[in-house]
Amino acid sequence: MARAATTADAFNAVAEPRRRQILDALAGGERPVNDLVRQLGLAQPQVSKHLRVLREVGAVDVRDEGRQRLYRLNGRALKPIHDWVKEYERLWSDRFDRLDAVLEDLKEKEEADESDE
Amino acid sequence: MKATSSGTATVTLPADEQILITREFDAPKELVYKAFTTPELVRQWWHAKRGEMTVAEIDLRVGGKWRYVMVADGGTEVGFHGEYREIVPNERIVSTEIFEGYPDEEAVNTATFTEADGRTTLEILVQHSSKQARDMHIESGMEEGLQDALDLLEQVAVSLR
Repeated sequence: MARAATTADAFNAVAEPRRRQILDALAGGERPVNDLVRQLGLAQPQVSKHLRVLREVGAVDVRDEGRQRLYRLNGRALKPIHDWVKEYERLWSDRFDRLDAVLEDLKEKEEADESDE
Repeated sequence: MKATSSGTATVTLPADEQILITREFDAPKELVYKAFTTPELVRQWWHAKRGEMTVAEIDLRVGGKWRYVMVADGGTEVGFHGEYREIVPNERIVSTEIFEGYPDEEAVNTATFTEADGRTTLEILVQHSSKQARDMHIESGMEEGLQDALDLLEQVAVSLR
């Protein structure tokens, strides 16, 4: 089943493994960009590029403090992904509850057929 | 591995662009397969209580087509169709799936039926594909994928309360 269009951006933003590393790092709290560069072992322009993508979907927020740029995770922007998976789980759970009922019918019919033989 | 008697389907994201749906049923696999591939039976469960199925067409052979249409309770019509690529009766079905609202995006679904002690585990692996999606898939390899992000989000969601 296709994803809701409104969550596609957040999905794309977290589909890239480096960006997930950044999100993981930020899950522990606010971090200056230099910290992220060191931890990821990437060149600063690459880290900045990933941070820009994450900022565009609102997954991270940034603020300047003195000469430092500090990044922090914004869970609210990523919540649609979480919600989408949960909604998908509900859809299939409801579907399979119905399938349980169909299977009960089939089992009864099979037993009836066997006793006819 | 969770021992489910009935109830909740488990949805995980094993790799980028993949979705895995798992559920155990209290029935032998022949019956689960039958309920999964017989139009009159599919009509009874696929709608998930969200509306009424108006079309359930299944041409169960390799290269054969399928199409499901549901009219949701609010009147919205949603259609899905695809083609069967591989069929191993009572074991495995590989088919394509196109949501008619996004006709450019084709997914490949693999349904696997595994029986143990008269109970059947049904696994449906949905592989989404598009050039962008595929490139991303190759770039990230088959590693942990979105599941990581999901675990992280579980954490984040808790912190938002």
